[in-house]
Amino acid sequence: MKHYRPSEEVDFLIIGGARQAASWRKNSPPRGFSVVVLEQGPYLREKDFQHDEIKYTRLAAMTNNLKCQPHTYRKSKTETAGVQDQGMIEYGRQVGGGSVHFTANYWRLWESDFKQKSKWGGVAGTSLADWPITYADLEPYYTKAEEELGVSGLAGANPFEAWRSKPYPLPPLPVKSSGVIFECATRKLGLHPFPALMAILSQPYRGRGACAHCGFCASFGCKVRAKSSTLATVIQVAERTGRCEIRPESYTRKIEVGRNGRVTGAVYFDAGRCQVFQKAKAVIVCANGSETPRLLLMSRSSRFPQGLANSNGMVGKHLMFDAGFSAYGVFEHPLNEFKSVQTTRVIHDFYEPDPKCGFHGGGGIDARFDFYPASFALFPLPQDAPRWSSDWKAMVSRNFNHTMMVLGHATCLPQERNSITLDPQVKDSWGLPAMRITFDYHPDDVRTMKFLLERQVEILQAAGAQKLWTDQTDVYYLPHRHLMGTCRMGDDAKTSVVDPHHRTHDVSNLFIVDGSSFVTACCQPTCTIQALAYRAADHIAREARKAVI
Amino acid sequence: MPDRQLSRRLWLGASSALLATNWAEILAAQAHAHEAMRSAAPATFSALDAKEAKEIEAIASQIIPGDGSPGAHEAGVIYFIDRALTTFDQDKRAIYKHGLEETQSKRAELFPDSKSIAALRPEAQVRLLQAIEKTEFFELVRTHSILGFFGNPSYGGNRELAGWKLIGFEDRFQFEPPFGYYDDPAHTEPQP
Repeated sequence: MKHYRPSEEVDFLIIGGARQAASWRKNSPPRGFSVVVLEQGPYLREKDFQHDEIKYTRLAAMTNNLKCQPHTYRKSKTETAGVQDQGMIEYGRQVGGGSVHFTANYWRLWESDFKQKSKWGGVAGTSLADWPITYADLEPYYTKAEEELGVSGLAGANPFEAWRSKPYPLPPLPVKSSGVIFECATRKLGLHPFPALMAILSQPYRGRGACAHCGFCASFGCKVRAKSSTLATVIQVAERTGRCEIRPESYTRKIEVGRNGRVTGAVYFDAGRCQVFQKAKAVIVCANGSETPRLLLMSRSSRFPQGLANSNGMVGKHLMFDAGFSAYGVFEHPLNEFKSVQTTRVIHDFYEPDPKCGFHGGGGIDARFDFYPASFALFPLPQDAPRWSSDWKAMVSRNFNHTMMVLGHATCLPQERNSITLDPQVKDSWGLPAMRITFDYHPDDVRTMKFLLERQVEILQAAGAQKLWTDQTDVYYLPHRHLMGTCRMGDDAKTSVVDPHHRTHDVSNLFIVDGSSFVTACCQPTCTIQALAYRAADHIAREARKAVI
Repeated sequence: MPDRQLSRRLWLGASSALLATNWAEILAAQAHAHEAMRSAAPATFSALDAKEAKEIEAIASQIIPGDGSPGAHEAGVIYFIDRALTTFDQDKRAIYKHGLEETQSKRAELFPDSKSIAALRPEAQVRLLQAIEKTEFFELVRTHSILGFFGNPSYGGNRELAGWKLIGFEDRFQFEPPFGYYDDPAHTEPQP
């Protein structure tokens, strides 16, 4: 692999070896750009991945570690945020980022998603806005991402999906028992089930083998490279150019600014906790919807006293998640849901309900099972079930292979008060300010989640589940993945952080490409994050060649 | 005493876990368990002493009883717990220590003539656990027992794959459809 000296001024410094950064790398290096990628976590390969539930779900082997990186939470800014012992925010922390451990749902946005303000008008308490780009602007890049990474699905099977210029490169994965049950039940209800859209290979593709159905997708790295992570795909391509260096265990603490107001590179802690300054002509931040604003806010300077790219105070605001409740059903015969990918059937019938239903929001619903033996025994039994003893043991034993979930994926309205900021007291183990999360649902978000849950229950009833129960909806529930909106994209430099091509309004050689660019939330952001990255890469490479960065 | 030295080294390594990457910490936990399992000598405990281990195991064995199929005892859950407290959950030792003390007080209160949790009759053990089942200690022992029973055997528990056999889980690298009853074309009317 190529190694650059820190004093060598590379063309691009990318912070975050994440799911979207890679599409970037793939595009630019062949044109001769030199690129260094800083990733805070390790560089793990397929040989490192194991079927080990404790390691990945309990000990956070591939995600942010709360022991080293605590974060604090409060519902509103009038409260003092407290350190959380359960993760409020989870993100991939190794080369390839979230694309390595994600479930691999790969949903495009709808055309109307880009126009939520126009669609609904103002909604009280929100900062709804239209995106400055349209579905048509992004469509070629959705297609490109699906083709380059390898996505399985069936074009046209979802009658509600947006138009597409090409079919999916691979057919859907085989349906599981949960998918068959879901398909029969939703059809009975007059709904429109379709095969799940997955960034997992149903057939061999571009030198990689097909999914072997081992079942370890969600929270795990794929040992056979069938999951189309950036690690298994574009990162290899980028490295082979000989001009892209991936630098793992490099934890960025500050992006530096020169006297002319342009960024000059970034300071990071290496594996030995020594500080290194890497010089660069331009910096692209791809550190996800929580770490990106944190890094910008930590990058204070005399020129940018409120944090980098934050002259309007918008960095970190409008934090959005993808929330939703689960419904569970037990069936007579074995489903053996531990085998194969986590989900095989989806509906989008409630993606865009009429606001007359009493809320602004919507989402998808899928049939799935994303538990493994220990997490199943710990969590998803009915609330009236015993929690230990022979009765409990018998119930776990009976239910494990007979249970499926129907999961709602709800949108979340943008609110300026929901934010990522720096905690004034708590530090991480490098001495940097901990991330502080301020978040509370909009009433419509909760209504959306409950509306979807009612539909989920109807589906399991129609399916004839022997026993049926749901998550407790009275418990204040916070999602922790799919972090969006914190450096929103817009034409207006007063109300947004990046322009429609991901260049920050404040600094001409600083770009942000990740979930933080989202203007409104969606249920499965990875596909859109990667499409945005391909689009940004095209633009940035063009600009760089014209020397206008 | 090579095993003992290894434990010691890893224990020291793990105590600076906040300065290590999490990955290294986890590898240490597994190396520790592997080493202990390879050892021909009787398993020894690191975080717990023999009496504590016996008491905790008695609790774990009521959480997951060996009632006709292997339970916490048969699956070696106590070895998982000891290793967890030696490695990635060493910061939870105090919860065990104080929790066990309080449980002993509760035992003495409920069963004044008794000497230990392990020596109580099963019905008495159940009564005792019902009295403490809302405590942080019980919740932690329950979580650890489940992780030890159903988690990967490389951490010292789930011996003979007792937990996985109980629920019908198979850890394989390849499966072929049909996966279950309802996606099997042999069942032409898959609707349950």
